[in-house]
Amino acid sequence: MDKQELMQRLKEQIIKQLKLEGTKPESIGDHDPLFVEGLGLDSIDALELIVLLQQEYKIKLNNAEQGQEVFRSVSTMADFIMERQAKQV
Amino acid sequence: MSSEGQLNITKSVIIRNNSIYVDGNIIYEYFKNDNFLNDSYESLDNNYPKFYKMDVLGKLGMLATHLLLKDSDIENHLPSDVGIVLSNSNSSLDADIRYFDSVKSFPSPALFVYTLPNIVTGEISIRYKLKGENAFFISQQFDADWLHFYISHLFQNNKINACIGGWIESIDSDHDVCLFLTERKERKNGINFTPENLNNIYGLGVDVSNIKH
Repeated sequence: MDKQELMQRLKEQIIKQLKLEGTKPESIGDHDPLFVEGLGLDSIDALELIVLLQQEYKIKLNNAEQGQEVFRSVSTMADFIMERQAKQV
Repeated sequence: MSSEGQLNITKSVIIRNNSIYVDGNIIYEYFKNDNFLNDSYESLDNNYPKFYKMDVLGKLGMLATHLLLKDSDIENHLPSDVGIVLSNSNSSLDADIRYFDSVKSFPSPALFVYTLPNIVTGEISIRYKLKGENAFFISQQFDADWLHFYISHLFQNNKINACIGGWIESIDSDHDVCLFLTERKERKNGINFTPENLNNIYGLGVDVSNIKH
């Protein structure tokens, strides 16, 4: 799966996991901020994103600070997942 | 002079049997079986995306409070002067069961945060920027005497000047909500804040203007 496909899949998973009713995958920009601006996610949503990574990609964050970088945008999430998956191979 | 005599119920909302009543008048009926809460919200409010993330109590509280405060001048009260006093019999059991089910696969933080009944008072406070006294009581059934006593006590001690009070219950998608707005000043169609009138509103969902003062 290339990065574009992964980002599309992530957008669909984020909408479902966070119950973002009325939000379409195409309305989420690859580099849009996920928190405060952009999607306006909150701290509980951050926990749900951690759950999403563990459930769907079997990836655990090493520390809370890492989350700020990883969850900056769909693009940074995709980069993180691809990096971790490359290490697992 | 007792403050109690000056207190009035100025509006009421009932949600029951897939129908919604404001001051006893039916304003919404739902004839499908699948998604009463989301569909009624989209018909009547639809301006708060966080609604979809809430548990059943939160959604019922949002919906009922929106209708209770709509066209009111609640914003004329200081945020710290508006209280919220709610009650039910099953606490957060619906959310508890959903969270327990999620634990079998992967515990959901979004479900966990709703495993307390008073979360709905917080959700209402956040949306309407209310900062007054709030409480959530558990009782076997709608207890008009207790709600009247507690809310009157808050008014008498000058803790609040308005109060969202009532009952928010839901189990197995069977919703039973009765919210009422109590204020010091008189309003058109308002009735005295008494246990008898609370029972009348809860039991019948009648137009408050038809109840004898």
